[in-house]
Amino acid sequence: MSEGMVTERSSHVRRFMPVFGALIALFFLAPYIQMFFTAVKPAGELTDTPPSYLPKQWVWSNFTTLFTRNDGAVVDYFRSSLIIAVVSTLVVMIVAVPAAYYVARHRFRWRTAFLLLIIVTQMIQPTSLVVGVIRTFIDLEATTGITLVGDYTGLILVNSAFNLTFAVWILQGFFAAIPAEVEEAAEMDGAGKFTTMRKITLPLALPGLVTCVIFTFVAAWNEFAMARALVFGNRSRWPLTLGLSDFTQLYEDEWNYLFAASLIAIIPVVVLFALIERYLIKGLTAGAIK
Amino acid sequence: MLRPILVLFQTSRQDISRAGIARGSVGWENFTRLFDDPDFAPVLARTAVWVVAVVGVTLVISLPLAQFLDKPFPGRRVVRYALLVPWAASVLMTALSFRWMLQPFFGLVNQVLIDLGFIDERIDFLAKPSTAMPAMMAVAIFVSVPFTTYVVLAGLQTVPGSLYEAAAIDGATPWKRYTKITLPMLRPAILVALLINIINVFNSFPIIWAMTEGGPQFTTSTSTVFMYKLAVQNRQLDTSAAMAVVNLGLIFVVVLIYLRASRWQEAATPA
Repeated sequence: MSEGMVTERSSHVRRFMPVFGALIALFFLAPYIQMFFTAVKPAGELTDTPPSYLPKQWVWSNFTTLFTRNDGAVVDYFRSSLIIAVVSTLVVMIVAVPAAYYVARHRFRWRTAFLLLIIVTQMIQPTSLVVGVIRTFIDLEATTGITLVGDYTGLILVNSAFNLTFAVWILQGFFAAIPAEVEEAAEMDGAGKFTTMRKITLPLALPGLVTCVIFTFVAAWNEFAMARALVFGNRSRWPLTLGLSDFTQLYEDEWNYLFAASLIAIIPVVVLFALIERYLIKGLTAGAIK
Repeated sequence: MLRPILVLFQTSRQDISRAGIARGSVGWENFTRLFDDPDFAPVLARTAVWVVAVVGVTLVISLPLAQFLDKPFPGRRVVRYALLVPWAASVLMTALSFRWMLQPFFGLVNQVLIDLGFIDERIDFLAKPSTAMPAMMAVAIFVSVPFTTYVVLAGLQTVPGSLYEAAAIDGATPWKRYTKITLPMLRPAILVALLINIINVFNSFPIIWAMTEGGPQFTTSTSTVFMYKLAVQNRQLDTSAAMAVVNLGLIFVVVLIYLRASRWQEAATPA
């Protein structure tokens, strides 16, 4: 818009924009601010009626004692979540990078069909396939002897499978944006295919790789429905989401620990998302991001 | 990926014991049992209201919000980061925070309403379907708005500024510019956002599970929660599979409508 268009009225509006923006930010942060205030309350204050908006007494130690309660159950939840999310992300990247590179560089016969299949599978969420997945796993267990239900393996498999298609989709866009001439030039200089990939292609596609890693990690970290269905019977394999939902079965005066653990779980993934904020917009323009 | 879908279809036509053993094919019996279930019709109707209301209100909030965040102002970065939080955070944990805020005696929502003089007696919002459903819809909207706003923001980057300049020369009012230029240019972004929101909201599970577990009985269940409760709590894998097949069918219809709408849009745009 040209400068001359800014009228007296709109300059007034402009002055209030930061105030309005602050209100919006506050609105979207409200549930997490509430989490924080509840997390630092002492047990006795949680069940005060009427409740106080701010804690009367600030018990910062809730953030540390939470790890030693119930024989360190929360530590186990964090460990499970970390194992599931990290291994799923690794599996996804190991499979998705070559697959996406191939799709981006080659015009093969079923290319369109392949990309369409990717979109369609993206539409189907694991929740809607709970029964199918469980029965497939039970059959696989019978034939292969690998434990899938009630252990990390099954959850890692589900999380990898359902994030793989999305990763291929995003990555192939990033690879396709790198001109093939850049790679050819490197090969002319005597670099092998592998060296070219490592020194030229992957660094150029780095934003895409980081976006995929973060998206997969966060999705696996937050996953709940399949975890509830697959490992509910084996408490030692519970990820955070499952462990925290179990807190709700306890008395109200435990909720400070619930929210302290939630905040510790939320902060790292928010930081990760903030890191790729720029690419969120870019990725979204390119196609459909979950 | 495809194997669970096939097994699902197969299961929907089998008789499965509570221990998970298949006892042979029963044709369409699982479907007839599902359709005869007195909970089935209300669950479907509730799902329709849930999806339409949540997706619709989300879009209505996201469009102006994206417009606002597209304009430069001091602190815009901070607002955008704040918007990322409900998107990145586990939906389950966000829902638990809302559940605590809505708690009748210790929650802040009741306290705020009392302090402002709107109510005299504390309300247990999540105990009755009539108040629990709107509350859960609000949470679903809350977690859907950030993603939708980001999609619309991305769409806004694709609108060429020269279009606005031309419109300004023609003396078009801001509202006219928005409805005649911005909205049509945003069409692909809005379609993508609608499609993904419909699918996500339809499959949404953690919000309802964390706040009411779809109960009492099935009175606050959408079809996804209904399917899940049948399988995991009632151990009726066969009926649950039938419900899952119905759910997949509904999703498939939505995807088809989307493909048609986007194809139509391609045809409508002059090359």
